[in-house]
Amino acid sequence: MLRQILASAVIAGALAGILVSGLQTIRVVPLILEAETYESTSEPSSTATTAHHHDTPASHDHGEGIAASGVWAPEEGVERTLYTLLTNILTATAFALLLTACYALAGHVDGRRGMLWGLAGFAVFHLAPSLGLPPELPGSMAAPLYDRQAWWFGTVAATAAGLALLVFHREDVFKVLGVALLALPHLIGAPHPEVHGGLAPPQLASQYVVAALVTAGVFWVFLGAVSGFLFHRMEEEA
Amino acid sequence: MRHSSSVKTLSSTQSLSLSAKATPVLIAALLGMFMLYGVGFAGSQTLHNAAHDGRHAFAFPCH
Repeated sequence: MLRQILASAVIAGALAGILVSGLQTIRVVPLILEAETYESTSEPSSTATTAHHHDTPASHDHGEGIAASGVWAPEEGVERTLYTLLTNILTATAFALLLTACYALAGHVDGRRGMLWGLAGFAVFHLAPSLGLPPELPGSMAAPLYDRQAWWFGTVAATAAGLALLVFHREDVFKVLGVALLALPHLIGAPHPEVHGGLAPPQLASQYVVAALVTAGVFWVFLGAVSGFLFHRMEEEA
Repeated sequence: MRHSSSVKTLSSTQSLSLSAKATPVLIAALLGMFMLYGVGFAGSQTLHNAAHDGRHAFAFPCH
């Protein structure tokens, strides 16, 4: 069973990582690169916000900026693209491992059911967190890192548990508990900076939210379908 | 003997007991979380720079 879980996750992760890298070149990466042009040419308008490292452009620039500060960064162009591809494949494989672990627990999965699992993954890891912490361009104002990470992890855990209670239990008490868990992180509220905004224009930031979420949605449905299909096929072969 | 073999035939991976599933599921889940942490959240500046665009694209609060 371990071989089935790992093999289906690695293959699905590689394919989904390649796909999402292609999708990101349409809108997501161009918007990141455009935002970086504001980052390297201007200072943040307010210093009241807790330091987000992008607030100090010198510490973050790619290429020359990083080289000057002595911290390694991939060269602009092909090298940066290849590292993004590697990042995407590893991230997709990590998500696929969580999916195939769920398949092993729940059983009865195929490509079609895998898509539903993928949609659940999108809701857990992207949709719910983005309600409080939308995808951000480089140079955005942000609350302290640990507060945001704690809220992000809490939201992922509560959304996953809430969805599981709603889907896998029929009793009303579990359904109520499930809805409560889905709502809880948003009732608590995500940590926000005292001053909103960033270096890039607001319309660029809102375009980025849409682009990142749509890309993530397509990625998750594909990852779920492929991992579900492969998991099912390897089960038949076993 | 005959009974036990028919039981064995029936038990596909889907009907494996929870205890038999527990170890592989736990290994996969921990490996997935470990990888997610390394790629998306690890504080090392070098890792951050390498994974920068992917982290922004997946909206991980990593910095």
